Amino acid sequence: MTLLSFALSLVGFGILAPVLGCLLAGIDRKVTARMQGRVGPPLLQPYYDVRKLLAKEDVSVNSYQGFYVGISLVLAILSGVFFFAGGNFLLVIFVLTLSSLFFIIAAFSTRSPYAEIGAEREIMQVMSYEPMVILITVTFYLVLGSFDTFAVLEQSEPLLLSLPLVFFGLLFILTIKLRKSPFDLSYSHHAHQELVKGISTEMSGRTLAKVEIMHWYENILFLGWVALFLVWGSWWAIPAVIGGVILVYFLEILIDNNFARVKWQAMLASSWAVALVCTVLNIALLVWIP
Amino acid sequence: MSSTIKSPWLIHYDASSCNGCDIEVLACLTPMYDVERFGIINTGNPKHADVLLVTGSVNERNINVVQQIYGQMLEPKVVIACGICACTGGIFKECYNTLGGIDKAIPVDVYAPGCAVRPEAIIDAVVTGLGVLEQKRAALAAGSLVEQTLPDCVTAADKFVDGQTIRDEALAKTQAQA
Repeated sequence: MTLLSFALSLVGFGILAPVLGCLLAGIDRKVTARMQGRVGPPLLQPYYDVRKLLAKEDVSVNSYQGFYVGISLVLAILSGVFFFAGGNFLLVIFVLTLSSLFFIIAAFSTRSPYAEIGAEREIMQVMSYEPMVILITVTFYLVLGSFDTFAVLEQSEPLLLSLPLVFFGLLFILTIKLRKSPFDLSYSHHAHQELVKGISTEMSGRTLAKVEIMHWYENILFLGWVALFLVWGSWWAIPAVIGGVILVYFLEILIDNNFARVKWQAMLASSWAVALVCTVLNIALLVWIP
Repeated sequence: MSSTIKSPWLIHYDASSCNGCDIEVLACLTPMYDVERFGIINTGNPKHADVLLVTGSVNERNINVVQQIYGQMLEPKVVIACGICACTGGIFKECYNTLGGIDKAIPVDVYAPGCAVRPEAIIDAVVTGLGVLEQKRAALAAGSLVEQTLPDCVTAADKFVDGQTIRDEALAKTQAQA
């Protein structure tokens, strides 16, 4: 990661990601509505929602919750900037984890019982996906000999061919990361019902707008992770990545609409099992079938 | 047209209705009526909601709950009384254990009568409420929004009993004692 690539990524990701993320959220709601036999909201509905939240009265439970969420948003953006600048994948993950920790602290800071239950569930979600995320970086290094994300561009074939099972593991935890059913324990979009509103119960107005914008950035970053497995050093990679990413996101919407929420025990057990089995088998494949 | 009226998020509270109106409120979210077309989402959290739908009449037990929910909502906000019980007390108006319509507890902006209120009437009331919401948003932006005060707390004793309220009786007694 050079200073130039960092600056380009800062401007590119900083401006493009919320635009794309907002459209993605709009398409998500539209497709979900069609799957349920409804017309659905306008495409720009997420944008209207955030504009409305920014226009609300500025009231908060305490003075630091909004600050924590703000730090969380900045760290999420920074993580994406590192990723798209070709930076160290480990750094990307650690900064993103710090972002989710600040989000949890923001919910805990309110002392509200509903927000606390949401925060506890968010911790369970972090515990569920984190092992797989770390194992992705391990296998990434095993194949490429580098933690830099741009190392995939020097490959002659996509990472998917050497790490198919790890890619499956990524798709599995992506459902948690994108806050989709059956793993949307702490917070979900659309009109799904929760214990009040999970981790975001005490967040309102501008703070909630920050949370929404953070989701836009994060969703684009996670699709970047998917793209990491599909890209290789050729111009043909561009249509392959775009097609693959759209397919993956459609699959996530399909899963979201077809599964009921599971208990946290099931989420933790299944995601750890998938992480362990997929990675061990894939490493075995790498070793014995070069 | 501002974004405020393009994304009204709802919270609905069943004060003490027979659940008929409550079911009609939820029916609005089904594919048949699909209020998400207008950006409407049922949130279940007063801190996220812009529109409070109340069904049923208010009584001694839940007047504090209704006022609590109303108080937790952020301006600009709109209250819609759904169904005849929420509007005036309906057939329970004269009962000793109800206080009357929701406007006995909180300021109501739109009344949607009916027993049970039809989903079309609810959608119509919400759309009418959006006009009020937009006015309040403009007032908030201009810094001229006056927070509506809660009505004077009524009790069941304030109700008319045999041509005279109990409170008046009590007042007359204390005056006679003095």
